[in-house]
Amino acid sequence: MEKQHNWPLWEIFIRSRQGLDHKHVGSLHAADSAMAIENARDVYTRRMEGISIWVVESKYVHASNPDEASSFYDPANDKVYRHPTFYDLPDELKHM
Amino acid sequence: MTVQHTIDYTLHLADNALVLGHRNSEWTGHGPILEQDIALSNIALDLIGQARYLYQYAARLMTMQGGPEVTEDVLAYLRDSWDYRNCLLVEQANGDWGKTVLRQFFFSAYQYFFYRELQHSRDAELSAIAEKALKEVTYHLRWSSEWVIRLGDGTEESHARMEKALDQLWMYTGELFQPAGFEQALAPGGIAVDLGEIKPLWELRVGEVLKEATLTTPGSMMQQGGKQGKHTEHLGYLLAEMQFLQRAYPGNEW
Repeated sequence: MEKQHNWPLWEIFIRSRQGLDHKHVGSLHAADSAMAIENARDVYTRRMEGISIWVVESKYVHASNPDEASSFYDPANDKVYRHPTFYDLPDELKHM
Repeated sequence: MTVQHTIDYTLHLADNALVLGHRNSEWTGHGPILEQDIALSNIALDLIGQARYLYQYAARLMTMQGGPEVTEDVLAYLRDSWDYRNCLLVEQANGDWGKTVLRQFFFSAYQYFFYRELQHSRDAELSAIAEKALKEVTYHLRWSSEWVIRLGDGTEESHARMEKALDQLWMYTGELFQPAGFEQALAPGGIAVDLGEIKPLWELRVGEVLKEATLTTPGSMMQQGGKQGKHTEHLGYLLAEMQFLQRAYPGNEW
């Protein structure tokens, strides 16, 4: 194992039988997208976890910066009016 | 055609699956990369699962014949190499990754066309086992084909290693299609697969993949004998390791 591979890293998304969306389950190494899908099948669906696989090479995933978390997310703290909970609904309106 | 022929046939299929499953399991923890270690271990488990169904069926038939009760463990762990009816191909040593995936490819291509036919066997048990196994084998064939192409049509070194693997393994492919006595006896009853029918399908598929892999087959003499219990020296070592525990501690369970 000393001559470790230079295969790129891939992010794996699996949709379960009941699920509507693909959920991130982890990452793995593969030489190309076809091998990434097969590796994902062998690593992440061997206990019947899913029926659909997406793979994305990790380098194409761009993430927000944790250092900017306060300016990114804190301002939403006191904006309760953004939740639609301030309306008086007429009684005739059902299913809300 | 007798029940004994069906027993021999079922044992032959079980031995094929168990021996290759065991060979593949030797890679567990030693794969070239974690993901492929898991992939080959999954294939090993599929094959050993197939072997179990087949041994259980053979054991039932044997017990029904009278005599002491036979179990799947007795068949796997207490028969010696001359009782084993597997083809020579599956017992060959792992070698490098290229040899292992080429051996898998040759055998998966065989199993794929074989099980596709065995699904229509008039033996309901064999037909059911074939139907379940075919889904697994379809993936094994895909996985091993891609590796053969990747390495054959890869770097100079990977190509050279695949050519070497081909030289070592090609001579064991002919036996897959040489019917043994029990196969000939079962053929008219619609129980066994007609090997002559699947041979051209195998040749076509293997030819396509090898061509894409830029590999050419050597014209070696074909070896045979496994189906008659005449094995290469490799099987004895494999069984010694696989059967050690049951031989040293008879009947032990864990």
